[in-house]
Amino acid sequence: MSENTKVVKNATCTFCGCVCDDMELHVDIDEKRITKAKNACVLGRAWFAEHTIEEDAPAAMIDGKEVSVDEAIEEAAQTLVKAKFPITYGLSDSTCEAQRQAVAISDIIRGNIDTTSSVCHGPTGMAFQGIGESTSTLGEVKNRADLVIYWGANPAESHPRHFGRYAVTPKGMFTPLGKKGRTIVLVDVRKTKSSPVADILIRPKIGTDFEILWALRALVKGKKVADDIEEQTGVPLATLQDLVDRMKNCHYGVFFFGMGLTMPRGRHFNTGALLALATDLNEFTHFVAKPLRGHGNVTGADNVVSWQTGYPFSVNFNFGYPRFNPGEFSTVDLLAKGEADAAMIIASDPASNFPKRAIEHLKSIPVIALDTKSTLTSQDAHVAFRTSTYGINTAGTVYRMDDVPITLRPAYESPFPDDATILTGIKKRVNELMLAKHHANGAIGEAKVAAHI
Amino acid sequence: MAEKMILIPGRSSKQGTSLNQGKLKDEYKQVTSTLEMNKDDMEKLDLIDGDEVRLSNDTGETTVRCLGVKPEDLPAGTLFIPYGPPSSQLMASDTAGSGMPLSKHMEVEIEKIST
Repeated sequence: MSENTKVVKNATCTFCGCVCDDMELHVDIDEKRITKAKNACVLGRAWFAEHTIEEDAPAAMIDGKEVSVDEAIEEAAQTLVKAKFPITYGLSDSTCEAQRQAVAISDIIRGNIDTTSSVCHGPTGMAFQGIGESTSTLGEVKNRADLVIYWGANPAESHPRHFGRYAVTPKGMFTPLGKKGRTIVLVDVRKTKSSPVADILIRPKIGTDFEILWALRALVKGKKVADDIEEQTGVPLATLQDLVDRMKNCHYGVFFFGMGLTMPRGRHFNTGALLALATDLNEFTHFVAKPLRGHGNVTGADNVVSWQTGYPFSVNFNFGYPRFNPGEFSTVDLLAKGEADAAMIIASDPASNFPKRAIEHLKSIPVIALDTKSTLTSQDAHVAFRTSTYGINTAGTVYRMDDVPITLRPAYESPFPDDATILTGIKKRVNELMLAKHHANGAIGEAKVAAHI
Repeated sequence: MAEKMILIPGRSSKQGTSLNQGKLKDEYKQVTSTLEMNKDDMEKLDLIDGDEVRLSNDTGETTVRCLGVKPEDLPAGTLFIPYGPPSSQLMASDTAGSGMPLSKHMEVEIEKIST
């Protein structure tokens, strides 16, 4: 360790959607690494420890050969402008400042923009539009919630500080007893590392979440539920009735829900049923529902794409104005159906986690990849940029999972450019190329008209 | 002998820490190719910890190593694997108009790979 060190207080961890902003980072400036991340969870410690600088890695490559960043920006812009159906995907591990540049590029080139939301809480976004959202900040939960229900989620492993910082053990203004003053319910088909925190553990049969949620809605409204509900779902009627009594009689209830609802059969119908249940409960008490968001700025991606296009993800500009249609303009569908002919992937690795057919098509088209590390996606990319890490090297804004914006305090400088700088360069160049294309088409059009006369 | 079971891909702490090291590193590959399985089911299929099994469905197939968990933690007939390239091999691309491929509760066949 060198003697050139510093401490950054109140830094932010951007690994998961908790976006904990109470980090104390001990930084070795000469060695360009974080030696200690006080207050970080197991995931945060790995995030800070492993994002070191690989000085030897090229900042930019075209077809595996090192080039200057400017050359790579030019090639990326040319590739996007030449394509008939260029798509942009990823964005949830980048700053809001970079995300807005990506939206602008998609708008200029009349392309398609989608975020990792579409394979995460996209079905929740669809349900928000259909049902609505009874929402709150995590601060409200900490200070008020006396009934916390986790559904289809395992925060002990995906959001390790959610229990301690926001929802289970912290003592708040109206929750002075912390966990002792709260009832914690966990609904999951598996017993997980989150299970020990639960006062009530409900383990339904696989694939019966919708049926349980609908039965709970019926019981909340005083309707009769089928006698064989336990046979159908694995959950006794008495357990459901007990949960309904607790939900109606609590002072402030909250659902936190995860991929256990969005990823299986039912998708947005599952999340819609939960949001509808939260709405129903507001006839009796105060009840909110929040998705547990995964990546550090996936919530920012939803916000930025929404404020710039009116829609949160799966947005298409082919007609010159934004259209929203998951299933048509979502990246998995555009790749699996072979419609996209160029892709810009920002801070994401679809070649690792998309369905096989989508990966096969991705490998057959030119890809522009921006990532802090080498991935299966960047490895095969036509143009690959090595970028600095947001929150560690790059300042900017991210949104916590409860839509609260937080400013980043970077720890040390990276030799690699950040996403926003690269995307701003690509935006400038695609704008010039599109204008030139437009003028050329206009000139051809005028010549044709002249010939016709 | 192949048996039909339900596969649940999901997050795990190790998957989260190893992806920070890099998705091309050995630890991430090892974590995402470790299949958790009910010990009773393992006994039925004559499997012990570390055995290689083939998972397959109409979409594709993948080879992973199994690891037993207590029967009360994972229902019989259910498998768990951290998200990663192996689970993607089994994921169909049809999103049913939602953008979301069916990424949990996938029906798969499991069979022991004889050594």
